[in-house]
Amino acid sequence: MDGAGVRRFGLGLIPWVGAILLWYAVRWSGFVNTSLIPAPHQVAAKFVELLTKEGLLIDIFASTRRVFFGVSLGILVAVPVGFLLGWYRPARTFADPMINFFRALPPIALIPLVIVYFGVDELAKLVILFYASFFSGVIVMYEGVSQITPLYIRVAQTLGANQTEIFRKVIIPLTVPHILTALRVALGVAWATLVASELIAAQRGLGAMIQNASTYFLLDVIYVGIICIGLIALIMDMILRKITARLLVWQDRAIA
Amino acid sequence: MTTRAQFDKVSLAFETPKGRLNVVEDVSYDINDGDFIAVIGPSGCGKTTMMSMLAGFQKPTTGSVLFDGQPVAGPGPERGVIFQEYGVFPWLTVKQNIAFGLTLRANHVAAGERDLICDHYLGLMGLSDFANSYPKHLSGGMRQRLAIARAYAVKPQFLLMDEPFGALDAQTRSNMQNLLLKVLQTEGKTVMLITHSVEEAIYLASRIVVVTARPARIRQIIDVPFAYPRDESIQERPEFGELRSYIKHLVMDEYRAQQAQMRPVSFSE
Ligand SMILES: Nc1ncnc2c1ncn2[C@@H]1O[C@H](COP(=O)(O)OP(=O)(O)OP(=O)(O)O)[C@@H](O)[C@H]1O
Ligand SMILES: [Mg+2]
Repeated sequence: MDGAGVRRFGLGLIPWVGAILLWYAVRWSGFVNTSLIPAPHQVAAKFVELLTKEGLLIDIFASTRRVFFGVSLGILVAVPVGFLLGWYRPARTFADPMINFFRALPPIALIPLVIVYFGVDELAKLVILFYASFFSGVIVMYEGVSQITPLYIRVAQTLGANQTEIFRKVIIPLTVPHILTALRVALGVAWATLVASELIAAQRGLGAMIQNASTYFLLDVIYVGIICIGLIALIMDMILRKITARLLVWQDRAIA
Repeated sequence: MTTRAQFDKVSLAFETPKGRLNVVEDVSYDINDGDFIAVIGPSGCGKTTMMSMLAGFQKPTTGSVLFDGQPVAGPGPERGVIFQEYGVFPWLTVKQNIAFGLTLRANHVAAGERDLICDHYLGLMGLSDFANSYPKHLSGGMRQRLAIARAYAVKPQFLLMDEPFGALDAQTRSNMQNLLLKVLQTEGKTVMLITHSVEEAIYLASRIVVVTARPARIRQIIDVPFAYPRDESIQERPEFGELRSYIKHLVMDEYRAQQAQMRPVSFSE
């Protein structure tokens, strides 16, 4: 890492240190019953214990895999659908109310139906995550695609591009940024929906872990679960941001 | 002399939320092979709209626009267009932008030839040092030159240029004008150029079409009495000055008419 990198890393660390200090402060202030707030070091110890004795990695893996497949499938469908809706205005007028209707439904409210139709296995969880990713992704896609200006297509036409060339050389490059944004939004929504999806008879997974812990009032386990979800979501988002920066070097950004 | 393009009693109106907007009205003129037509008129009068009918992006409401005897059905590589908004592709580097047209099937340029053509136009437009930069790093004038290079590179017989030198400083502008004259001399193109500069119109064009305030009608078509090849010395000639003040008067008239149109309430003078 170069000097600037070290500094940026240090700056990024400050709020975390602040949050932990605040956490201790709240505990020691006496306003809250300390048995309701495990200390950061206790949570850390629990983390190590879960990691070494209870197979925390299996939970992490189970959840990450669900999110990964849910988002992948959701985006795989959201990209062409969102593209068509963004590209053909009549299609949008036609489908817009329906998409907004379904998007407004919280996935958790659908769980009873999902259980009826898809059972209680992996498939049911995948359906919930797919649902959440698809509807969040499709909106980002079509909003973005509908804002592509016709100017670049016109330029390509006057240079002699045929329909396939316009699609390959103009429309795809202009769509990539929106696909990446859709992916990031869907990933965020999917992690947020994960706990709900694991309400469906999950054995393993961070959401399942949190729910099991809540029945036995194991606050430290709940804290570990929440922090793990946040961290993994953060790491995935950072990776996506790196990829985005790589693919979109051409974009005009306020900050390099 | 063969007629390349023809405006035949062309009118165009846009349907807007506020009602019908007549933008071009009863325009007729021919553009012959080798002509250099300059169109001049106040801002917002309908020049770009007129050009885009010939480019193939807009259809006349009545009348017809012909190219090589056929009604224009859509855009095509034989009619190169330099857009007022440049339209350089932000996701491609400068060199890739110039190469874009050369990689298209319609233009039949062998892969080995593309590099040579790109380098040629990079040099001509003073963009060699930026060959691998993205457009976000270019100034407005450089983007404009890039758009010009990209259009020239596919060698269209007919060039439609919408204020192509508008964003350039006086020196670069005059370089670009001379370069255009040179390219025309060697490649024998037909040009339709929209400009706001009377001097530019006289210096470059063989005929000047002065259009009225919106809706654009033909105010007058003026033949420019200078033979090609031309150089800057013609700008010192007395005929040049006379023509300039004559056209400036016409344009000023229409400019005032357009201003009056755009003023929401009329002031008592
Ligand atoms: N697609 C459109 N729909 C509705 N109105 C339009 C459309 N395109 C242009 N106009 C209107 O037509 C008029 C003429 O526009 P145009 O772009 O042809 O002007 P112009 O002569 O090129 O102006 P400038 O010199 O400023 O470029 C303007 O009032 C503009 O608002
Ligand atoms: Mg214009």
